[in-house]
Amino acid sequence: MAYIIKGETGDWELVIGLEVHCQVVSNAKLFSGASTKFGAEPNHNVAFLDAGMPGMLPVINEKCIEQAVRTGLGLKAQINEYSEFSRKNYFYADLPLGYQISQFDKPIVGEGVMVLDLDGGETKEVGIERLHMEIDAGKSQHDQHPTKSYIDLNRAGVCLMEIVSKPEMSSPEEAGAYVRKLRSIVRYLGTCDGNMDEGSMRCDVNVSVRKVGETELRTRTETKNVNSVRFVMQAIEAEAARQVELYEDGGEVVQETRLFDPTKGETRSMRSKEHAHDYRYFPDPDLLPLILPEGYVENIRKTLPELPDEKKNRFINELGLSAYDASVLVAEKEKADFYEEVAKGRDGKLAANWVITNLFGALNKLGKGIDESPVSAENLGKLVELISNDTISGRIAKDVFEIMIETGDAPEKIVEEKGLKQITDTGAIEAAIDEIIAANQDKVEEIRAGKDKMLGWFVGQVMKATQGKANPGVVNKLLRDKIMG
Amino acid sequence: MTKLTNLTLASARDGLKAGEFSAVELTQAHIDAMAANKDLNAFITETPELALEQAAASDAKIKSGDAGAMEGLPIGMKDLFCTKDVRTTAASKILDNFIPPYESTVSGNLKKAGAVMLGKTNLDEFAMGSANITSAFGNVKNPWSADAGKDLVPGGSSGGSAAAVAGELCLAATGTDTGGSIRQPASFTGIVGLKPTYGRCSRWGVVAFASSLDQAGPMTKTVRDAAIMLQSMAGYDVHDSTSAPMDLPNFEAALTGDIKGLKIGIPKEYRVDGMPQEIIDLWKKGEDMLKDAGAEIVEVSLPHTKYALATYYIVAPAEASSNLARYDGVRYGHRAEGELKNLDDLYCKTRGQGFGDEVQRRIMIGTYVLSAGYYDAYYAKAQKIRTLISQDFKNAYESCDVILTPTCPSAAFGIGENEDDPVKMYLNDVFTVPTSLAGLPGISVPTGLSEGGLPLGLQLIGRAFDEETLLRTAGVLETAAGFTAKPKMLGA
Repeated sequence: MAYIIKGETGDWELVIGLEVHCQVVSNAKLFSGASTKFGAEPNHNVAFLDAGMPGMLPVINEKCIEQAVRTGLGLKAQINEYSEFSRKNYFYADLPLGYQISQFDKPIVGEGVMVLDLDGGETKEVGIERLHMEIDAGKSQHDQHPTKSYIDLNRAGVCLMEIVSKPEMSSPEEAGAYVRKLRSIVRYLGTCDGNMDEGSMRCDVNVSVRKVGETELRTRTETKNVNSVRFVMQAIEAEAARQVELYEDGGEVVQETRLFDPTKGETRSMRSKEHAHDYRYFPDPDLLPLILPEGYVENIRKTLPELPDEKKNRFINELGLSAYDASVLVAEKEKADFYEEVAKGRDGKLAANWVITNLFGALNKLGKGIDESPVSAENLGKLVELISNDTISGRIAKDVFEIMIETGDAPEKIVEEKGLKQITDTGAIEAAIDEIIAANQDKVEEIRAGKDKMLGWFVGQVMKATQGKANPGVVNKLLRDKIMG
Repeated sequence: MTKLTNLTLASARDGLKAGEFSAVELTQAHIDAMAANKDLNAFITETPELALEQAAASDAKIKSGDAGAMEGLPIGMKDLFCTKDVRTTAASKILDNFIPPYESTVSGNLKKAGAVMLGKTNLDEFAMGSANITSAFGNVKNPWSADAGKDLVPGGSSGGSAAAVAGELCLAATGTDTGGSIRQPASFTGIVGLKPTYGRCSRWGVVAFASSLDQAGPMTKTVRDAAIMLQSMAGYDVHDSTSAPMDLPNFEAALTGDIKGLKIGIPKEYRVDGMPQEIIDLWKKGEDMLKDAGAEIVEVSLPHTKYALATYYIVAPAEASSNLARYDGVRYGHRAEGELKNLDDLYCKTRGQGFGDEVQRRIMIGTYVLSAGYYDAYYAKAQKIRTLISQDFKNAYESCDVILTPTCPSAAFGIGENEDDPVKMYLNDVFTVPTSLAGLPGISVPTGLSEGGLPLGLQLIGRAFDEETLLRTAGVLETAAGFTAKPKMLGA
């Protein structure tokens, strides 16, 4: 559904591109060998290179290269066997070298594509422009002392992947879906933990607006360092509205860097024009061009896990799930794995229903993640099996599930202890039916006269008489035989 | 009687081994010479106590038979090499209080080989200069000054090392060469200076000037000494991605004295306009000496030579402008004092106070050539020409094995001369810069005296990683030239 801003001068549409910085999962930084462990004391994970000491030189951490290539493959992107590291020169107190080692015109990964999962099971493809590697800067802390700023270099030199999309999204929802999907892919791949609240994934949002029907792009702004999916969507809404208002008031949008203020729900200008940077990129002479050896990419490709899109297709085609259910289940690898264990050798659709509706619903209420689920995949699988083989009815299963959530017990144990087993013994059911028919001859006549609906009433009575344990299929069949037959 | 300071590395090594004198005696003799010749200003930081300690340890090792290749040999260390716990300044005010907590690979290699460090030698600030007149710690005086009757420059940037070796304050010294900083001062002071192939010596721990050009090398009294010292300095280093992952040959063993059949290339483009006749004559003399030793002389062409200097003065400042960005007063080194308005003010004042004029000039040139709108016209084009210059050499080496040129267009000049004109100063490097751009090994061998009685060197240029042929040829040239002159100050 198109996201349109209705202005006084007409309808406006959005053009959105995202640059996402993903912190690479690796034990050591990209060039210095220092640890990347999160949460260390300030300035503990700092090698001489990270502090910009004289004469220190960068040496590539091969693990980071592997992670970047893996991510590139996960984005179905071109892997460049030749790439270069360049220096991006600027001065800041948390940038000890006076330049960021990055990749400029020769990145390690080129164009790729990502499929967004939208509401109602719809999908949309968005192009990936490139993925390049770079080092993170340190952290400036301006609020620790009245007149001084503090610098923590633990983060300085940590490997980031900057993943740049093409400007092919047109609504906050699509942008949100993009970030969620990217996070899902890097988590599947194990190349980034995707924790936005820890800063492992940070988003720069490029937004411009134009009148519906225009083909040229108008001036865009870049809103930096947005750190949650919700804020990405809010920032886009706010920024697009601001731009439309500017145009409609006869103003112009200035190409600039902006910041999103989540408390006020607005973006504001970050850098003034006087400080427009000329980064003076040039190839880093301390590093040789990066040339991937023959077979390197193929070897990594062989180790790729099944990714969300493939998993989703398999769930649809082999397990008969709906596109919506499949995309809900594959969004997180842990959920998908849980589901697969539940569904293994059982009714896939029924299993999906139980996982999505009942389990996810219950976990939501408890505020727990899938990894903390009180019901194990094995037990939920058994519950599904008990339904499928008519040991219990779907209605009874819900009661059993409630108990499972509370106690974590196995379903067959609960069924046994509480005597909830479904009655499939026709003799017992027949006896109950006969009794009810005998007491309600008038109603039997009604049915025989054509009032089919009354049959439901009989079913209800039989179920009541058996405390819900009678197999509804058997009850139905016997009732028909006895009344109509 | 031979003074201990007269010795070469080779003869001192043999003397120590034979027990003719101790490392402590040898070191003390040099410490005395340093003390007696402070006017040369060859050292920024002297470490006599440390040297004597090291020498005593060396004596013990020699006695126990554990001597390293340079055990007990006192040397000077260019103050561009970071030395653990010993102040390292790069001759700049901005690092005047910097004491590294680490040791550069090259100085560490020398230490491991047993070399005794006498101190840190003076240089042009951040190795930017050709006369050692940009040091924040004062000019270095060429030991040959008395011969000229005026104060001469020792050349640069490794001027302190050159003066210390020529003035016999140390047996040998380390240098670094970016565009001629080992070879030109060697020529100006009558010693041997070898710039190895780029990648032969690790750059780790060497204060960077221009990363794609910087290369450490030995500055010695003889070619043999250069071979001995290179052996200990060089080698692959995992900490330097640009160092060559190759095993080292035995450089000293390459000095066979036999160059029969070797082809010596004479590049016609090096006959530059206005080159003094004495340089032309010396060059011809060198050609004849190598010919007499059985080599074949061939003319070669290096057509892009005329662009080399301009190319160098784009590439080197560009890299320097970025390499020197880290000196910002935030973490170490000089920091501007007094009222500071904000971070930018801290940067401007720190760097304005900390860097000398020449360094600031090159940072500005480098920043300019990398700027948006100028990058393609300068930096990108310079890189293309650099490739062409490398190709020139590759083509030339199809018809020759070693190239012979003058090292410099003149003998040492007086302190104060050429100072008003940076471009004229840059011309000192005209014969050494192309080699640097191509990453090739070059060596300056003292070959004769100018009309004014000052030393002049010839440069030999070898194929990449063929220091063996280069040293062999240099050895033959050295023997044939029989350069024995010493500066008057040594009382010879």
